[in-house]
Amino acid sequence: MEGTRQKTADASTPFHKVLLFLERSSARRDITKLVYSGSLAFFLLIVITPAIAGIVAQLLTLPSLTLGQDVYARMQSAVVWSFVIGLTVSSLDILAGIPLAWLIVRRPSHLTTILDSLADIPFLIPTVALGFSILEFWSGPTGISQIFGSGSLVSPGTLLIMLLHFAFSFPVIVRVMVGEFLNYRETYEVAARTLGASAFTAVRTVTIPILRPGVLAAFLLALARSLSETGATIVVAGAFENGVVFIRNARDAGLSAAVAIASLVLIVASLLVFAAIKIIAPRFRVAPLKVWPSLERKLSSRIGVGFRNAGSLIVFLIFVLLPCLFIAFPAAESVAAGILGEALAGMGPWGKFWSSMLLSYGVALLATSVNIVFGLPVAVMIARNRFSTRMTRIVDALVDLPIIVPSLALGVSLSFFWSNIGALPEFWVLVLAHTTITYPYFVRAMAASIQGIALELEEAARTLGATPLRVFRKITLPLTRYSLLSGAILVFTRSVDETGATTAVSKVLKTAPVLLVDWIRGTVQVTPEERALGVGFLVLTSFLALVALRLIALRKPKGRS
Amino acid sequence: MPAISFTNITKKFGKVLALDRLSFDVQNGEYLCVLGPTGSGKTTLLRLIAGLLRPDEGAIYFDGKPVNRLEAHDRNAVYVPQQYALFPHLTVLQNVAFGPLARQKPEKEALDAAWKTLEMVRLSWRAKAYPSELSGGMQQRVALARGLASGADLLLLDEPLGALDARLRLDLRHKLRELVKQSGFTAIHVTHDRDEAMSVADRILVLRGGRIQDHGVPPRVYMRPSGIFVANLIGGANLLEGIVDTVTEEISTTRMRGGLMIRTPRAPLPTTEQPVILAIRKETVEISSRDIQRDNVLKGEVREIHFLGSFREYLIRLTNGDVIASRRFLEGMESEFKVGENVTVGFDSRDIIIFAYPRQGLRKELEIS
Repeated sequence: MEGTRQKTADASTPFHKVLLFLERSSARRDITKLVYSGSLAFFLLIVITPAIAGIVAQLLTLPSLTLGQDVYARMQSAVVWSFVIGLTVSSLDILAGIPLAWLIVRRPSHLTTILDSLADIPFLIPTVALGFSILEFWSGPTGISQIFGSGSLVSPGTLLIMLLHFAFSFPVIVRVMVGEFLNYRETYEVAARTLGASAFTAVRTVTIPILRPGVLAAFLLALARSLSETGATIVVAGAFENGVVFIRNARDAGLSAAVAIASLVLIVASLLVFAAIKIIAPRFRVAPLKVWPSLERKLSSRIGVGFRNAGSLIVFLIFVLLPCLFIAFPAAESVAAGILGEALAGMGPWGKFWSSMLLSYGVALLATSVNIVFGLPVAVMIARNRFSTRMTRIVDALVDLPIIVPSLALGVSLSFFWSNIGALPEFWVLVLAHTTITYPYFVRAMAASIQGIALELEEAARTLGATPLRVFRKITLPLTRYSLLSGAILVFTRSVDETGATTAVSKVLKTAPVLLVDWIRGTVQVTPEERALGVGFLVLTSFLALVALRLIALRKPKGRS
Repeated sequence: MPAISFTNITKKFGKVLALDRLSFDVQNGEYLCVLGPTGSGKTTLLRLIAGLLRPDEGAIYFDGKPVNRLEAHDRNAVYVPQQYALFPHLTVLQNVAFGPLARQKPEKEALDAAWKTLEMVRLSWRAKAYPSELSGGMQQRVALARGLASGADLLLLDEPLGALDARLRLDLRHKLRELVKQSGFTAIHVTHDRDEAMSVADRILVLRGGRIQDHGVPPRVYMRPSGIFVANLIGGANLLEGIVDTVTEEISTTRMRGGLMIRTPRAPLPTTEQPVILAIRKETVEISSRDIQRDNVLKGEVREIHFLGSFREYLIRLTNGDVIASRRFLEGMESEFKVGENVTVGFDSRDIIIFAYPRQGLRKELEIS
């Protein structure tokens, strides 16, 4: 009764009138067409084109494209290293991540539930903070080096970059593989076992090959993250250069030709590598029935399984969890050192710090809103195949571009496009760059979620007399609510976290992670305590923002159990 | 020595008792059908034999040896799940060769065995195809071939025909039995289709709520079911309530509702004034418009006629209000009797099975789950 009265009361509010008007308009073909083509145009013209056009335009306007011999050699080795590190780290992540995902799915207990959440931690900590944490853990005087008595167990450079990338790509693998294992029909494995295959043989010859698309997707995501990550990589790189560090160093040195060429090379190379892996991998069939019975039987035995579980736990603990959480120690020490008051009052370097925080969250909020508004129709179009099949495929492939291509290289292109061609103020360039970089996360999450809803539900609602917008509001949206919010959260955190494109764009304005890179690298003079506390603040605010968003996301709508 | 022995097997899932102190034997080379409604514990039973589950109590023996501690891959018992679980990334031939290879046969030998089995199920021409390219019936045959070629000697079939069209199901069930017998396998075939069970099984095991209700050769289970539940599940018998009136040396009489008297067999249990259920199979009930010579001859009116292809089923309301069904085979296009027609119904006392009235009531006793 209460509910009905509420509803009739609502009908008279202006908001409800607007909604009714919109719902009625959504039944008109020209209006839906306008919405869809508008968002598609936004995607093609504002999100994708500048990402490519900027770099081309810049190369055309540069007075000279020649690089010095030594600069050229540096660039070449840097780009090659990017891929060597990316491919190595992603392979190692697959090897370490799959057993852990397996443990989480197949041995459900309180412990594995906790593990499941802990595996996400590198996701939640902004990468700059992660870089700092890992730097302090492996290389700092207070970290693990203490135990070994040396000054620095792993000094900044290639190995430390690998340790860093291993840690932050790890949750990607675990997340994807946990999902894959949950959806997997166990009967395949059961059939294999009763046909005489030991547990390990069954997994290797049946489960993993069946889940190969998932494994491949996880691998590519990890690779993309490794290629693209900028802020943390700069922090731990030392004198070593991979692709993004080279671009950043060249930019600092004012070598604009080197920056533009390296960016283009990185864009083209990553597109080629991804295309190659996507095309070649599905054709690559391992001899599926090769069996090493005695070895695999030993691995399947209780002791073998125990060793494997212990091994994957230890790897997770030492190479992922502890290095990531280590930031807590230096940050706590700084608080103990009594500079908290100074920091909160905004004295010294802290004035700039707080305004950079404000900038970070402002940009993130704007980029997220823009992506929700313009991304939603595109997600529907992809999920429901609203264009021709070919167009869907093209859009589908283009959406991933900002994930695949290193964001710093994209940033170079975007920066040139919007500031030099578009003549926009720096703040809006930042917002647009963040919009492009984070675009795929929301659209992907929503498209997948909408695809998961049976089309019949929407069709049934249509035949019951609901207009398209009403169907979307009453059927599609409630069923995809969780994905909508988690997609939005992903966009928001990515944006706060972003250092690659931001580094390329920012001239005067600095977002918090970019400022912190300067602090850690020593380009801006601050004390070690201030540095640690600054990183601590960034971690804390992102945690708080995340918790707040999660609480909103988990709040149950009325009338549903 | 029996191929499989269950001794007092109990299996619980949390608080739910899936199997309750189950004991039975399966002979070497026997084709056993396990029949029961959903949730009766059929699949649990198969998974216990396969080694995919461990019993909470009791022991399972293969050829007299306990196997409780044996892993699934060491049991020589192939589980063929309902949806077949053909490996989608392997070809038909590779699927069938999976078992022998996993059991460490040399590759040549394994592929030869796989090929031979494929020829046996007449699918060698599809050896290079992937499972998704096959029809449902073909997939079923590949799954069977994979089991037969695996080097095991025990086949565990979980609703093997359940995913197929009704027509194909009928065609394939005898082929299935023939192939299993030809290969010398012992088979346990789980189904909820009583016709399927009766036509392929050497013996039938009827399960309900994790307990054995009946266990025997199909004709015996059909003709002389061990209880009301089995009589209802297997045969679709008429079940009429009554009270034993008199008992003599040869015969007894039972008093039905409204004082109607029926002549019933003496054996095995009646004592005077005992409430009973009479089970009368529908095809033993004669229906006629004239007088007939039977132990029991009753008057009634035709209420409903159901056309079922090879026979018609007439529902007749007797003068006391009870309804009894009769099956008539080989009638023409038109039914012999019309709705509303007054008819005579007859059946002999030797076709009646007497059961004591169930303590928890008839409806509860017949409940499927």
